[in-house]
Parts: sequence; C-alpha cells; structure tokens
Amino acid sequence: MRIKRTTWALPYFIFLLLFVALPLVMVLFYAFHGRDGGITLANFVRFFQTPEDLHTFVYSIEIALITTVLCLLLGYPAAWIMSNSNLSRSSITVMLFILPMWINMLIRTLATVALFDFLRAPLGEATLIFGMVYNFLPFMIYPIYNTLSKMNKSYIEAAQDLGANPVTVFTKVTVPLSMPGVLSGVLMVFMPTISTFAVAELLTMNKIKLFGTTIQENINNGMWNYGAALALIMLVIIGITMLFSDSEQEQANEAGGLI
Amino acid sequence: MKAGKFFAKAYLWLLLILMYSPIAIIAIFSFTEAKVLGNWTGFSLKLYENLFSGSISNSLFKAVENTLSIGVLSAFFSTLLGSIAAVGIYNLKGRKKQAITFLNNIPMLNPDIITGISLFLLFVAVGVTQGYLTVLLAHVSFCTPYVVLSVMPKLRQMEANTYEAALDLGATPGQALRKVILPQIRPGVVSGFILAFTLSIDDFAVTLFTKGNQGLETLSTFIYADARKGGLTPELRPLMTVVFLVVLLLLLLINYRSSKNTNKK
Amino acid sequence: MAGENNIIKLENISKRYDGKTVLDNINLYIREGEFVTLLGPSGCGKTTTLRLIAGFIQPDEGRILLDGNDIAGVPPYKRPLNTVFQRYALFPHLDVYDNIAFGLKLRKTPTNEIDRRVRKALKMVAMSDYEDRDVDSLSGGQQQRVAIARALVNEPRVLLLDEPLAALDRKMREDMQLELKEMHQKLGITFIYVTHDQEEALTLSDTIVVMREGKIQQIGTPRDIYNEPVNSFVADFIGESNILDGTFIKDGLVSFIGKEFECVDTGFGENAPVDVVVRPEDVYIRRSQSGTQFSGTVKSCIFKGVHNEILVDTDEGFEMTIQDYNPFEVGEKVYMLIKPEDIQVMKKERTANILTGTVKDAGTIQLLGADFPVSCDFAAGTPVRVEVPFSSVDLMDNLDEGVISGEVHFILYKGNHYHLTVRTDDGDFLYVDTNDIWDKGDLVGIRFSDQDEIRISELQNEN
Repeated sequence: MRIKRTTWALPYFIFLLLFVALPLVMVLFYAFHGRDGGITLANFVRFFQTPEDLHTFVYSIEIALITTVLCLLLGYPAAWIMSNSNLSRSSITVMLFILPMWINMLIRTLATVALFDFLRAPLGEATLIFGMVYNFLPFMIYPIYNTLSKMNKSYIEAAQDLGANPVTVFTKVTVPLSMPGVLSGVLMVFMPTISTFAVAELLTMNKIKLFGTTIQENINNGMWNYGAALALIMLVIIGITMLFSDSEQEQANEAGGLI
Repeated sequence: MKAGKFFAKAYLWLLLILMYSPIAIIAIFSFTEAKVLGNWTGFSLKLYENLFSGSISNSLFKAVENTLSIGVLSAFFSTLLGSIAAVGIYNLKGRKKQAITFLNNIPMLNPDIITGISLFLLFVAVGVTQGYLTVLLAHVSFCTPYVVLSVMPKLRQMEANTYEAALDLGATPGQALRKVILPQIRPGVVSGFILAFTLSIDDFAVTLFTKGNQGLETLSTFIYADARKGGLTPELRPLMTVVFLVVLLLLLLINYRSSKNTNKK
Repeated sequence: MAGENNIIKLENISKRYDGKTVLDNINLYIREGEFVTLLGPSGCGKTTTLRLIAGFIQPDEGRILLDGNDIAGVPPYKRPLNTVFQRYALFPHLDVYDNIAFGLKLRKTPTNEIDRRVRKALKMVAMSDYEDRDVDSLSGGQQQRVAIARALVNEPRVLLLDEPLAALDRKMREDMQLELKEMHQKLGITFIYVTHDQEEALTLSDTIVVMREGKIQQIGTPRDIYNEPVNSFVADFIGESNILDGTFIKDGLVSFIGKEFECVDTGFGENAPVDVVVRPEDVYIRRSQSGTQFSGTVKSCIFKGVHNEILVDTDEGFEMTIQDYNPFEVGEKVYMLIKPEDIQVMKKERTANILTGTVKDAGTIQLLGADFPVSCDFAAGTPVRVEVPFSSVDLMDNLDEGVISGEVHFILYKGNHYHLTVRTDDGDFLYVDTNDIWDKGDLVGIRFSDQDEIRISELQNEN
C-alpha cells in the first residue's frame, strides 16, 4: 500500500498534541490541584481572597482597555489616510508603520524608557500607558489598513452616486465595512496588552504591577498551582475576547503572519 | 482638499516621528560615552568597543551565540516539520483538517506568557532538566505554525492536478515530491525558514520560562536581566542599535523576496 | 479502424465519497484504438471514471481490467496510460521542453532519444519553436498543445483527456477538435475523452457513453444516440428535441399531442404510457393542408444562421419546436407532418411517484421523513405503499407552506407542461408535472394535492 499524502500531517499532528495541547492540559491540571495533590478549587478561591492580586487583575484590564481605545483613536485615522490614494500613496510609509511589529518588544520598551530618561520624565502610570500605546499601535494600524485598502472602491463610488456626501460616505460605508479590520486590530492590541509582564515592570521601574507580572512572579517563586490558576483566568479572558470576533480570527492570523 | 492632504501627511509623519524617536535616541547616544542618557560628551565608539572587550563581552557573546544557534536550529526543524505537515494538511479534508488547523492556530493566538508557562509546566511535570534543548523544543513549537502558514498558499496556488500529472508521467510519489511539488513550494519554504528564524531570535517570554536555571541566556533574556539589575546600562545602547539593524535587514530580505515573487506572476 | 479486442474493461465499478455514491455499478468495455467519450452534466461521474482508469483513485467495488488483467494494485506511474488534464497541470518551474521531456527523463531514456521524441511531439502539436519558452508565457491554446505533447511523447496505449478544451474559446475549441480527431486517426491509440459538451462528443467520438448521476444511461455511436435516445434525459441532453407524453396504442401506432401517428416501434405493449421524442428538424412544416397530420399557429420564428427555429402552438394546445429553412410569419396558420421513422418511442421510466411510508393516524402518513396529511383507512402503524401521480405534487414558493422542502433538480418541457425532478432536503427524488415555470436550483416547498388521486395500499411483507 502506498503512503497517502495525508499521512504526512501525522508527525506534526503528534507534535502538536505533545507540545501544544498537552501543555495546555498541564495548565488545567496544575490549576485544579493543590500543592499536596488532590483536585481542588483552592487556587481560584485564593485568587478572589487576595485583594492585591484581584486589584492587579482589574487594573490590568483597565490599562488594556485604555491602551486599546487610544490605539484605535490614533491608529484608525492613520490607516484611513494611508489607504486613501488621494491623501497618501506611499508603500514606504506603510512599511515604516509595520516595521516595529517585528522588533523585540523588550528592546522597544527599553527604548521608550530611554526616551523618558532623555526627557527626564518620571516613570509612572502616564509613561506606562504611553509605552503600551507606543508598543502596540502598529498592531492596530496594520489590520485596519489591510481591510481598508482591500475594500472595493466601487462601494464608495456607489454611495457617492446615490447622493452621499463625504461625511456620510465615511460614516455609513467606510466605517461599517472596515469593522472586521477594527475587530482584529482590537484583538491584536488587547490580547498582548493584558498578558505582558516585562513591559510594565521596565516602564515603571517596578512601581506598577500588571497581571502578567503577578503570574510570572508566582511561577518563578515555585507557586506553580496558583500560577497555573492565574494563567487559566487570563486564558478565559482571552477566550472571551476571541469569541467576540470568531470569524475575524483568520484575518488576525493573516495579519500576525505578515510581512 | 490641498489643506486636507497636508494635515493628513503631517499626522502620519508626526506619528512616525513619535514611534521612531526612542530608537533614534538610543542609536544617537550609542555614539557617546556618557553614563547618563541625554548627556552628550562627544562622539565616541567606546560603548561599541566595550561590547567586544568590556566586562560584559563574554556573557554577551555567549548569549548571542545561543540566540543564533537556537534560531538556526529551530528554524531548520520547524521548516522541515512544517513543510511536510503543510503537504499533509493540504490534502486532508473535513474534520481531520479542521482539527489540525485548530491546533496549528493555538500557538499563534496564545499569548507568549501562556505558551511559556504551559511548556514550563509540561517540562516540570515530565521532570526534564530545562536548558538549551527545552528552549529549542519550545521555539520549534511556536515557529512551525508560521512555516505551515507560509507554505500553504504556495500549495494552494499549485494547479490542482500537479501531483497526479507527475504520477501520470511515470514519477513515483517520492519523485513527484522532489521534482514537482518541492520546486513549486520552495519560495514558501524559504520564507518560512526566515520567518521562523526571525521569530526565534526575537522571542523573549517563552525563552524566559523554558531556559531553566542552568545559566542559559539568549540575547533578549540577557538584556532583560541586565536592565532589571541596573536600569539601562550604557552598553545596552549599542547592543540594541545593532539588534535593530539586524532585524531591519532580515525584514528587508523577506520583503524583497515576497515582492520579487509577486512581480514574477 | 477500431480493433475488436477490448483494451479496458470496467466491471461493476462503484465509488462513494463520504457516503455519497458517485459511481453506481458501472460496466464499460473500451476497444483498442477507439475514440470513446464520456458525456454528461457536471456531477455525473465522468471525471471520476477517468481518474479511476488513470489510477489516481481506487474503486470501492468492482474491477478494472487492462488487457484482461486486474490493475487494482498498479499505481498510476506504472500504468501505460497518460492524461491530459482539464487545466493542463503543466509544471510552471519547467520550460516547454522540460515539461515534455519529464516522463522520458524519469524512464532514463538516452538524451538523444529524448531530444528526438520531444521535437517530434512538438512538431505534431505545431509548437516547434516554443521549446525554450516558460509555460506561464503561453496562451491557453498553446498550453493545451504542450499538455497533449507531454502526454503523447510517452507513447501511451491509452490517452485520457479530461475536458481538455473546456477553457478555450469557441473558435479555438473547434480547431482543436479537428486536430485531436486527426491525431487520433494518425496515432491509432485509444482515446478516452471526458466532456459535458454534446456537440463536441458528437463531432469527435466513435462511441459515446452518456452518464447521469453515477449511472450509464446509454452507450452507442453518435448517430444511434442522436436518433434513438433510450430515455427522455438522453434525448434532452443530446441536441434539441420535442419530448412529449404519449400512449403506445399497439405495435406501429402511437398517440401524442392529441393525435395518432404511425411509427416503426414495436413491443411497448398496448395502451401503455410512453415518452415520445421528435427532433425539430424531423417535423415537416407546410402552408397547405394536403398530406399533413395536424395544424397549428406560429408563435415565434427566429433565424439561426442556416435554419429558422419556429415555435408552433398546435390546435390541440401543445407547443412544438420545428426547424425549417423557410421563415414563417408569427400568427400564420401552418400544417405539420411527422414521418413514422422519425418518431422515437421510449419506455417511461416511471408513471407516478412510488413511495413507502407508515400510517400515523387516520389523516396522516409518515413519508419522506415527514408527516403528510393523507386520509386512509389503514390502522396506525401499518406500512404502506403510496402512489402519488406527478400532477398531485404541488410546489410552493414559500418553503413554509410545504410539508417538506427541496430543490428543482432537472426540468423537461413536454409540449404543454413541465416535468420536473425535485430533490428533497433528505436527498430523495420526487417527479412533478406542473404548468408553473420554475428554474433549476429553485428552492421549493412540497405538498400533495388531489387526495383522490393518491393511491394507498398495504405493504405485504414487512421487514
């Protein structure tokens, strides 16, 4: 019998089960076990009884939301301008906006810290948010730009033909049609912001802690079960976010896999 | 409309200046000796010299070496694994295809910290000493999906009956793969390799959780440890400048390749 | 020209994909040197048959014989057959020469021999100056020629062609048809050709195999298939035709469109329902009554280049398509004649929908996976055979008004009404006579009217 080409996927399938699925099962396993073994909800109870961790959790979501909104406000106009051939037609500009996506987050964060050093600005919440926006803005611009520039221009012409003025065209046609891009942009900003750990630490000289850091500290200090439970809570939040944009996942992937 | 165009361009450039000023500042002040960033004590290559001969040069070189070797090895293994898998997945149908595509998407959607912790817990549970091999394995696990993603479009572009045509003309399945399929997907395979390499040398979070405590450092964990200890040590400035330039070069290479491929069509 | 020995035999071949039967017990013999065409609408199983012969897929049941030997275990690269693919499947990374030489190189043919044969193949397809060209730089027609050369250079016993001309424009297609025919005569090898274009099949073939939904409908020469279609599907698919409901009164006498006609057919019984096919060019149309059989009024007359296509409403209320060299005025009174040998009588595949179901209560029967309101006298739970006349099935625009829903699958115009095949959502087929105009693919709600016409009887042996 000849080997079917479909069997070629088998080694990778086994690899995925061992090093992608199984590790996630381990997170579940540790999260629902105590240090002494035995299934328990104690790790989650502990989370809700630790005001400091609970507060960090809520605060992280706040920061992530603020970052996402700011990125959207700054990024949408930029994406729209770049996709509009009347205003700008330079692939270099697009390239310049996309480029930072590929530079190590750590290095970019340290560079921002250097900027604040240079400006003698005190590190704190303001610099944290600025740094976050600076880090994640390209991830908002790119998917929106992608949708806008692939959008069929005849929709806009059709709207104009039917008597819509530029403002109406923008609000009734451009914005609704760019929603898939906006959604994946929001996803691509919100998800990493909520899960960063080193970034906040470096941006505020450890003054402000985010949820990612809490998880990391617990894991580092040997509290694997509690750390796993916290990681699971984060996964749930991310899962919920993704449910909002189920169909947009593909696009998010595409954008993530770009250049 | 003229004014609108001016404001639009001004907005874009303002954003770009904001985005690039931190890197620019680092690059500029890597050419002076001042310990405090912002002080200019005249042009000097002292910091670059320190990189190669100063107190940090030994551990730095070890970290660079690790970064590069892990980058090349994980790119090699994920390209091998991912390219073969892509041919398999391309020919799968229905539920099996959905299942493997779903699994393949997980590492791309998962935040780094979750990928790192989950692998860390796996290694701990199995009782493996974490070090070079675990980092390599972890990198292969998050790079391979991107290889699959970059090979898949090339397979889709292929004429549906290409493989059958080769068999029809007398090629064994192995020959069909070597002489017909591989030449056609090669651009995707090469892009996948460069992509995997870039992702690997760029990674920080996953490496941090899987590197163990045997003293293994890659460039990013080295920078992290250093920045954590004493803020921004001056030597980090030239180092970051160099890293930035290397990544820039790699990106230009990928883009040049992809634009060359699209032009050919 | 065609030898008498069979080179390929398909015996009881069946093939299923995901539980759906695409080939249902196919039996086919192909003689050495023959030009055989598998003809049918998309989804009829013709390409699947070709791929089975090539060896890309394996049958679920049955045997494929080559020179009398079962070739089930022989992989495609060891079969002495070559294929010209629908979209050519030329290798884009190789130039024209290397594409054609591909098979020869794999067989370790000496270089000068390869060179000689590639040039000969290129010459045969009139592409001699193109050997260094990139295949992407060729037009569709040129790529087609390279694909043919690439297959023929290996000197196969059988050449398989999967809709090779489908992507070409009309003029190019007609030129290539002639060239293929010439090539076949010159080479003397067996051609198996797949197409959905009946004109192409009639032009090229020694033998045509008409397929529909995984089954062979008819095998015959182009002339046989055109003149004596075995059923209304073949008649409708090949050429234009008037397909009409008729009654076979006795041998040599058939009635349709409200008149009796002499015919040459025998053996359909007495007063039996039949389908009657009359080709448009076989209806003689006159301005004077003498010697004609029936009369009507011209509804439309369209000039088609060589002939005129005339639609006539007969006095008995049937519509007929007629071809004639002379034009007629709309509204003109005309008289028609059909010769006995031009009337093709076919057995009706069915005369009503025969369904089986279970009585639920006095007013309901479970049928086709739903509860139909049909009154009957049998006790609840009795298995029954339900006979629903074509005219008792009602189709609704509004899906909710039907008991079940389905899709219009096939349409036949029968002169004064349409005969539709409707595929229900569960995959069953219902046959419907209607005067309403539907399009293929329309979604419809289905219910039964005319309760009196529905006949119900108890199923005797229950298993």
